[in-house]
Amino acid sequence: MDILVILQAGVASGTVLLFATLGEILSERSGVMNLGVEGMMLVGAMSAYSIAVHLGNPWLGLVVAMLFAGIISQIHAFITITLHADQVVSGLALTFVGTGLSLVLGEGLNKAGTVALLPTLSIPLLEHIPVIGDIFFKNHSIMVYIGYLFIPLTWYFINKTRPGMHLKAVGEFPAAADSQGIKVYRLRYLYVFIGGMLAGLAGGTISLAISPGWFSELTTGGQGWIAVGLVIFAQWNPIRAAAGSYIFGALRRLVLDIQGPTMLLGFANPFFYNPYLGFFLQMIPYAFTIVVLVIGSQEAMRKRIGAPAALGEPYVRGERGK
Amino acid sequence: MSKKVLFGLLTMMLVFALILVGCGEQDTPQAEEEAAAEEAPAEESVAGGFMIPEVVDGKFNIAMVLIGPHDDGGWSQAHYEGLMYVAENMDNVNTAYVELVPEGADSEQVTRSLARKGFDLIFTTSFGYMDATETVAEEFPDQMFIHVSGYKSNGSNFGNLMGAMEDMKYLAGVIAGARAHQDGQTKMGYMATFPIPEELRLGNAFALGMKEFCPECTMDVRWINTWHDPVIEKEAAASLFDSGAYVVFTGADTPAPADVATERGDVYGITYDWSGSCTAERCLTAPYWNWGSVYLQIAEGTRDGTYTAGWHYFDADSGGLGLYGFMEGQELTPGMQDLDPEVIAYVEETLAQMLAGEFDRFDVFAGPIMDNQGNIVVPEGEKMVQADLDQFPPGAEGLECTYCMYWWADGVTAELPE
Repeated sequence: MDILVILQAGVASGTVLLFATLGEILSERSGVMNLGVEGMMLVGAMSAYSIAVHLGNPWLGLVVAMLFAGIISQIHAFITITLHADQVVSGLALTFVGTGLSLVLGEGLNKAGTVALLPTLSIPLLEHIPVIGDIFFKNHSIMVYIGYLFIPLTWYFINKTRPGMHLKAVGEFPAAADSQGIKVYRLRYLYVFIGGMLAGLAGGTISLAISPGWFSELTTGGQGWIAVGLVIFAQWNPIRAAAGSYIFGALRRLVLDIQGPTMLLGFANPFFYNPYLGFFLQMIPYAFTIVVLVIGSQEAMRKRIGAPAALGEPYVRGERGK
Repeated sequence: MSKKVLFGLLTMMLVFALILVGCGEQDTPQAEEEAAAEEAPAEESVAGGFMIPEVVDGKFNIAMVLIGPHDDGGWSQAHYEGLMYVAENMDNVNTAYVELVPEGADSEQVTRSLARKGFDLIFTTSFGYMDATETVAEEFPDQMFIHVSGYKSNGSNFGNLMGAMEDMKYLAGVIAGARAHQDGQTKMGYMATFPIPEELRLGNAFALGMKEFCPECTMDVRWINTWHDPVIEKEAAASLFDSGAYVVFTGADTPAPADVATERGDVYGITYDWSGSCTAERCLTAPYWNWGSVYLQIAEGTRDGTYTAGWHYFDADSGGLGLYGFMEGQELTPGMQDLDPEVIAYVEETLAQMLAGEFDRFDVFAGPIMDNQGNIVVPEGEKMVQADLDQFPPGAEGLECTYCMYWWADGVTAELPE
């Protein structure tokens, strides 16, 4: 078991979670919780792979994945923002819509044969840094490096720019934002769209880079739900979201690699001597998601961890704000 | 404004609902007429999110329940092609399948729906369908249920079916060991699904084969806790290669080991289940299933009333098993072409004996066999019996085993819980 290898693999598969989590952070910061991440990721994974197979260009695949996932996210936006319906119910419905749509449109795609994938590369100079270079800058898909750029950019956008301030205002106190002339509905539509695009990007990253191929709903395997949980764990902060994504990415590989050595930290390795124990490790990200969602749904706790105050609340213009 | 939108939406839904109702009323008698007149597979119904196909009156109706998609490139595809073989080679037969059915409650619901539709013969093709199939078979005593893998049967209409894949896994192990030995490597990797007798048996058969030409070889194991998850299977293959494995083989459904080996370029993968699975450049070979002839025999026997449900376990001489690269019309893969001719001759010779019925699963597990703790599992001159191959100690009632399949063969770097 080589820790470096596990962390390197973790950064790669964590990139998928990173894109999805950042997208959900932007959407939730504007006050709209979208539980449809899993469905949008599937739509993205399917359309990215399909375009790459049929037109031969993975980059075009990514663009279409983002657009397609963004467009279906607008169903959720319409239902929750314009019709003021419940965000949880609508988000769940969006998961079903996205899953079903991707399964129908992706029929037969898995045997389409070899396909042009996104390139893998190392960053010159940086790859030679001991440890850090091996983990972060060597033999990764280009999407991993794009992920690195997204982390500070998203943080800077939310915390240091004017549109970022508007985004926060809309999610914290939409009535006040409205009275200042910020277009609440329009911004919420926009950030749900961006959240959808990033979920689509996450899906495309799976099917064209991290685990190439289209394997129906097993392509995402519940990672969209983990992303929803990570948002709460990250307290809507992109930097913490990145750390969480990479840790969970590494856990996926740790579950397998920890079965290898007979000794662990000087003790007999329980995961070597009892294969059943590994199943508990495998369960951790999903169990964590449930726990975090339960905690995050309690009003008192939400205030303490800094949830956007208007998260989940439909904004109705002219009604008394709160 | 929002009220207008809502009103518009409601109107649209109403119109849509009316159209559906209208069409439905017209369709029902028509569909019945069509089904009666043309024998065309009529409309499908839905049970628990699964489309349940219809039977065709006057034909012998066969249904199959699959755990993966029918084109998964592995286990499920091999079964699907077996079903297609029956459809082509049997007259007056109607075949149908339901795919992506999870083990447990869903499989019971799907199997029951198929039985209720009136399918004469139903194949359920995953280990975890066993208890569900048993339950449904009891409710429909006039229909035949065949469960693939597993170990249960009721002796009347619920039969168990499996083949001696250990024959082919043994030969695949011979090839893998020889390949590693020739290239100065010593490590194999086994991506195992669940700790059940079948997975231990196939892993042990491979390890026994591996030792024939590579006494210094060892084998790492990774449990992945799934039969079909293409993403996890790739991660497990990567994990094994990263820990130094030179040849990785799998107990799961997809060709992940060969795909990952090809990405790496300097290692080998061995695929499983389906004859068409060994297409990647670094695919060494593939032990695979030929369900067609076995299924045809069962289907015809069931229609004639000559097939008795029980424990149907076929060896290579049935034609139900294959080893990619050695069967008729196949060529050695690039990874086998420069192997020591002595190895190729040994594999060809043993395979010929297997196909002729002179070498079977009990010869694979003939003593002396050492486990990885240094104990002798099967002493010289002794052989395992069927219950030993597919039972954990002490064995299910009526299937008690002496040697039992709860040990790892010499050279396997893994343990089983006490």
